[in-house]
Amino acid sequence: MTTSIQGTASQRRKAAPAVLVLEDGRTFRGRAYGAVGVTFGEAVFSTGMTGYQETLTDPSYHRQVVVMTAPHVGNTGVNDDDPESKRIWVAGYVVRDPARVPSNWRSRRSLDEELVQQGVVGISGIDTRALTRHLRERGAMRVGIFSGNALPDAGTMLAEVRQAPEMKGASLYEEVATKETYVVPAIGPDGEAVPIGAAKYTVAAVDLGIKGMTPHRMAERGIEVHVLPATASVEDIYAVEPDGVFFSNGPGDPAKAEHPVSVMRAVLERKTPLFGICFGNQILGRALGFGTYKLKYGHRGINQPVQDRTTGKVEVTAHNHGFAVDAPLDKVSETPYGRAEVSHVCLNDQVVEGLQLLDRPAFSVQYHPEAAAGPHDAAYLFDRFVELMEGQRA
Amino acid sequence: MPKRTDIQSVLVIGSGPIVIGQAAEFDYSGTQACRVLKAEGLRVILVNSNPATIMTDPEIADATYVEPITPEFVEKIIAKERPDTLLPTLGGQTALNTAISMHEQGVLEKYGVELIGANVEAINKGEDRDLFKGVVEAVRAKIGHGESARSVICHSMDDVIQGVETLGGYPVVVRPSFTMGGAGSGFAHDEEELRRIAGQGLTLSPTTEVLLEESILGWKEYELELMRDKHDNVVVVCSIENFDPMGVHTGDSITVAPSMTLTDREYQRLRDIGIAIIREVGVDTGGCNIQFAVNPDDGRIIVIEMNPRVSRSSALASKATGFPIAKIAAKLAVGYTLDEIPNDITEKTPASFEPTLDYVVVKAPRFAFEKFPSADSTLTTTMKSVGEAMAIGRNFTEALQKALRSLEKKGSQFTFVGEPGDKAELLAEAVRPTDGRINSVMQAIRAGATPEEVFDATKIDPWFVDQLFLIKEIADELAAADKLDPELLAEAKRHGFSDVQIGEIRGLREDVVREVRHALGVRPVYKTVDTCAAEFAAKTPYFYSSYDEETEVAPREKPAVIILGSGPNRIGQGIEFDYSCVHASFALSDAGYETVMVNCNPETVSTDYDTSDRLYFEPLTLEDVLEIVHAETLAGPIAGVIVQLGGQTPLGLSQALKDNGVPVVGTPPEAIHAAEDRGAFGQVLAEAGLPAPKHGTATTFAGAKAIADEIGYPVLVRPSYVLGGRGMEIVYDETRLASYIEESTEISPSRPVLVDRFLDDAIEIDVDALYDGHELYLGGVMEHIEEAGIHSGDSACALPPITLGGFDIKRLRASTEAIAKGVGVRGLINIQFAMAGDILYVLEANPRASRTVPFTSKATAVPLAKAAARISLGATVAELRAEGLLPAVGDGGELPLDAPISVKEAVMPWSRFRDIHGRGVDTILGPEMRSTGEVMGIDSVFGTAYAKSQAGAYGPLPTKGRAFISVANRDKRSMIFPARELVAHGFELLATSGTAEVLKRNGINATVVRKQSEGEGPNGEKTIVQLIHEGEVDLIVNTPYGTGGRLDGYDIRTAAVARSVPCLTTVQALAAAVQGIDALNHGDVGVRSLQEHAEHLTAARD
Repeated sequence: MTTSIQGTASQRRKAAPAVLVLEDGRTFRGRAYGAVGVTFGEAVFSTGMTGYQETLTDPSYHRQVVVMTAPHVGNTGVNDDDPESKRIWVAGYVVRDPARVPSNWRSRRSLDEELVQQGVVGISGIDTRALTRHLRERGAMRVGIFSGNALPDAGTMLAEVRQAPEMKGASLYEEVATKETYVVPAIGPDGEAVPIGAAKYTVAAVDLGIKGMTPHRMAERGIEVHVLPATASVEDIYAVEPDGVFFSNGPGDPAKAEHPVSVMRAVLERKTPLFGICFGNQILGRALGFGTYKLKYGHRGINQPVQDRTTGKVEVTAHNHGFAVDAPLDKVSETPYGRAEVSHVCLNDQVVEGLQLLDRPAFSVQYHPEAAAGPHDAAYLFDRFVELMEGQRA
Repeated sequence: MPKRTDIQSVLVIGSGPIVIGQAAEFDYSGTQACRVLKAEGLRVILVNSNPATIMTDPEIADATYVEPITPEFVEKIIAKERPDTLLPTLGGQTALNTAISMHEQGVLEKYGVELIGANVEAINKGEDRDLFKGVVEAVRAKIGHGESARSVICHSMDDVIQGVETLGGYPVVVRPSFTMGGAGSGFAHDEEELRRIAGQGLTLSPTTEVLLEESILGWKEYELELMRDKHDNVVVVCSIENFDPMGVHTGDSITVAPSMTLTDREYQRLRDIGIAIIREVGVDTGGCNIQFAVNPDDGRIIVIEMNPRVSRSSALASKATGFPIAKIAAKLAVGYTLDEIPNDITEKTPASFEPTLDYVVVKAPRFAFEKFPSADSTLTTTMKSVGEAMAIGRNFTEALQKALRSLEKKGSQFTFVGEPGDKAELLAEAVRPTDGRINSVMQAIRAGATPEEVFDATKIDPWFVDQLFLIKEIADELAAADKLDPELLAEAKRHGFSDVQIGEIRGLREDVVREVRHALGVRPVYKTVDTCAAEFAAKTPYFYSSYDEETEVAPREKPAVIILGSGPNRIGQGIEFDYSCVHASFALSDAGYETVMVNCNPETVSTDYDTSDRLYFEPLTLEDVLEIVHAETLAGPIAGVIVQLGGQTPLGLSQALKDNGVPVVGTPPEAIHAAEDRGAFGQVLAEAGLPAPKHGTATTFAGAKAIADEIGYPVLVRPSYVLGGRGMEIVYDETRLASYIEESTEISPSRPVLVDRFLDDAIEIDVDALYDGHELYLGGVMEHIEEAGIHSGDSACALPPITLGGFDIKRLRASTEAIAKGVGVRGLINIQFAMAGDILYVLEANPRASRTVPFTSKATAVPLAKAAARISLGATVAELRAEGLLPAVGDGGELPLDAPISVKEAVMPWSRFRDIHGRGVDTILGPEMRSTGEVMGIDSVFGTAYAKSQAGAYGPLPTKGRAFISVANRDKRSMIFPARELVAHGFELLATSGTAEVLKRNGINATVVRKQSEGEGPNGEKTIVQLIHEGEVDLIVNTPYGTGGRLDGYDIRTAAVARSVPCLTTVQALAAAVQGIDALNHGDVGVRSLQEHAEHLTAARD
């Protein structure tokens, strides 16, 4: 058993004070968690009870301060298998009761250590439910966390929070995407990697903040995935001779994603099978001529009911989105690329959760079928993508 | 796809009496389901033999049959009612087994009844060990995860012995098929244990089948609650992690929701397996529960079992998440899909989602080993707890400490004062799972044990172990602090420390701590259980306390009545009290009050968020209740707090609440004292001129002897301060009196022993009555079948009384009124009388709702608890009569001559307990209550009603066969007539030599059989115990006497329990049974719904 890293109850209580200040002035006082310092971002809450490692390393959380509604965080420590990218992306972390001792056979170190090592400023011991209710009622907003023994006065802190950039209008995907193309080899039936070039399908995946599990889910289905930088051109994409093109999840306002939108339009022109997730869904929406808008407080959790309107079935899904596509639910829309319809909808609030073209091989979902963290109910979408590619060959 | 239109009626089967492993949770589930089905416009027909349930209230179903849940009786109901469908998944294993058996007998087909909510194939796949193993293999083939423990199915002892080799040796787990609550299962470490456990398991299993399994002791244990609709939508409602690792039945474990020590990858794997299993098993609509074991070293997952029905865990999950599984299961069964059903709590989002929690729930079991001193208290895979408490906190430590104090048991809370004891001894003690092991662990930590040592001894997950260390560190800080500063106090409260605990640590009184705390502004806020971690606004005020910043209690305008519930079920305080609290809530809501329920028992209807306007899921301690009263005072006007209906738990708070300025309504605390204090009550009786048995108190043997000599043997002795008959004994002679005083560790100068004259051969009578200060309403008079001296809770009784005449009732009414008036009751009172010779003695009075209120209410078709609640708030009997809540004229003492006879029978948990040698515990009844539940038999004559009560409680009385009779000398006279009757009904009598001789001299032939002590005869003549074990005996009559002859009787009675042979331990029960057998042998026994009975009674009253 690992010994206590966090120290005794009394040491913990004597951790540096920390303050969380929202842009509307509401303030919560707690204790420093992770790195001591100052951070700013958009305050959002995530309702998942498992999967903090995946959440922290999801590039879509870039520039966001994540409030965990689950009170106990860090119980299973940190392992080297579960991160969704190479680093923690959240701008700040808010928890109620951090674990003092991690317990899991895969754990390598404590979450606290990891946060310190990666310089992530957090706060613990605050009424996270009150904060969540506040964000629910007032909407996601800017926030600052200040920790340490010499904190600025309240007015200064609030002024600093109000100077931080807003999420609306932010173009962030380039900041999180890979700079170099890399290849995720397909996985053969024997569980071994298939040699490059020998896979059944090749997919060009445009990285707008891609999570590690996404290429893995494709690789499991015999797809060799070429992950390209967000700046990749149409030529770059077709240089890998893809059977299909994928647009990933990512942070920021889709209205500020002109380049990916234009690249996607070129792909639609060529009728190459196309699949988008999350940000990729918003890009498809914009490519088709729909608008996008910011939700009041977004969907962030792993329990959201989404109905597949083609089958009527409900899947429990992982979400992380603050923006959504504005498309009509009740009719088929005419677009430059033929007829399009809303394929998936969130049953909690009727938000568009998926789009599909009826005349071309393209579809996308707003949520996360790769599901890390989250339930695996929507994994069939990767099979649909394979079917599209298979159909295009036939 | 909305509701099916081809269904007009549905038969719902309840779970019958409360027994260990099948308790009040099925009342909660069944009530929910019946209400939903009725609201859907279906005719709901219900069968349940348990009168103490809300579900058997006449307004819950359209036709309510309080009849035995046996295929025979259920068929009679089907023949009469001709329901379209049968919903078998809400009444536990009892309902499921009954439904399956009726399917197999072709009854369902014969009457064209469709099984809904589960199909037979799915039930079999889920319940049959071998088939389920196949399911798990199929799942593994499909998704690559999940496996069963290595195992072998056995149908004989030879199979069992060979099986151990196949598995690679001991220890092995034995699990009998188709038993509830894991009855008959256990760990065998060697062949002797194996033969014993497997032998009993083979007997208990209706298919004579046991499963032998590799041991996964010490692994992490998890449960998932799933639901599936007919469109194959599946949701996981809740994950539950057991604090106690594998080896302890989940019903006996401290459990935690949500799971605390799984990563998302591991959790999703369990979820994937769970979903694949529910599909593979083919549960089309409804809920199921799946249990998993996870190897803490490498994460290997073993699927332990599934229940294709609503269960104890699903009730817990419903309370833990706010997702009402039973209610939704009922809707799914009649055709809805999950996405068509709204989430009650948010109203705006659908039920096709998975609840997410921003709090932690801890459930802790309540045991009753003190009632069974000879029973082995080691916890195993056979469930032994009799109840549970649940607590909600914003973190684990808070929830755990709240759960422990909710148990309301001496020593259940952690203590941090005094010497902890020897570390090595404490750790050794913690190896064996028992009631209170967590306290031994805490003491070991105090004694210096390291986290590693605790883990090695217990295999409790290191994260949980650290949480215990955290609690201990805060206790240390509290002890070391110069003063209680607000920061430290708030921190202690955030980790669940009670004012009592803090006071103990600081050497302060509880009220002083509270005063300091209030002065420093450290008070709880109340958060909402909302299924969604605040993502959406909650419409349902289901609260728990936490020491956070923001409270969610909304202001209100209507005056509120706060009803204090009864806490965890325990022997002596069970579902009956919840029944009264729920009735109060309904009645007061109808009368225009806002109702606020406080309780911590997850099994109950009272803690359904639908029952009251507001629900506080909180411990019932003074501190917790005072804070709730404070919070509600801030929210709006309070009309009063009701303490009278939840049993001894809230009653005990009465005085302290009043002292703290809380408006306690109903019977005032002073009146409670007048009834409970021996001296004060004696005064009341003296003033009313009512006799009580002679009594005295003593602190030494000499003193006790002097009293006994004066009042005469036998005497009833008991320690002075205990409740529920603890340590009570009938002493027949001086020798036993001496040894009783010597053995009792609880007698000292400050704790005297009470010595009462024991009224031998007296008829015991129970009376429930309402009193408003002016007028008495006699609710009902119950005549006990067993003589005085057997705890009223364990005794069968009949209402109306079967041998009392109008004059006796008149006397009872006058005495009851005198006591109610003398004590100062405003509401319900229960009085126990004993009629000896012609004298009516008063044994005791309880100024509160009694255990028999639901029975009396059902037998007389009058809602006594509702009336009591109204009287508490100022209504009079006259007003309630005018309103129609009480009958316009007459009362429960003057029922029409053709009124039906209701018989209540107690259900005992003998089969659950074994001593440390693995032998059964003795089954004799005594002054200490040990029954867990009750059934009601109702019919036009006593014999039939009694026969029904037996069928409901223990299985049908035999109508022919072999009866074995062995009675104590004092009973030999009374035995002759019933014995003769048995012979007349064609029974062959077996008897031991002494009894046979008496029978012979009275002209009754009986075959002499050998006593167990005589051993097998020279020509292989078997002893009675052997004959019982071989199934050669159909009825046993065995009455014990003092200590002599006890050993022989012990073997007979425990054999009867093991073989489930009806065993009568009093001659009164024998006489009643003979009347029952007579009724069964004379023509058809019919069924009649409570609604029909009520109609009949009302007509007769008018």
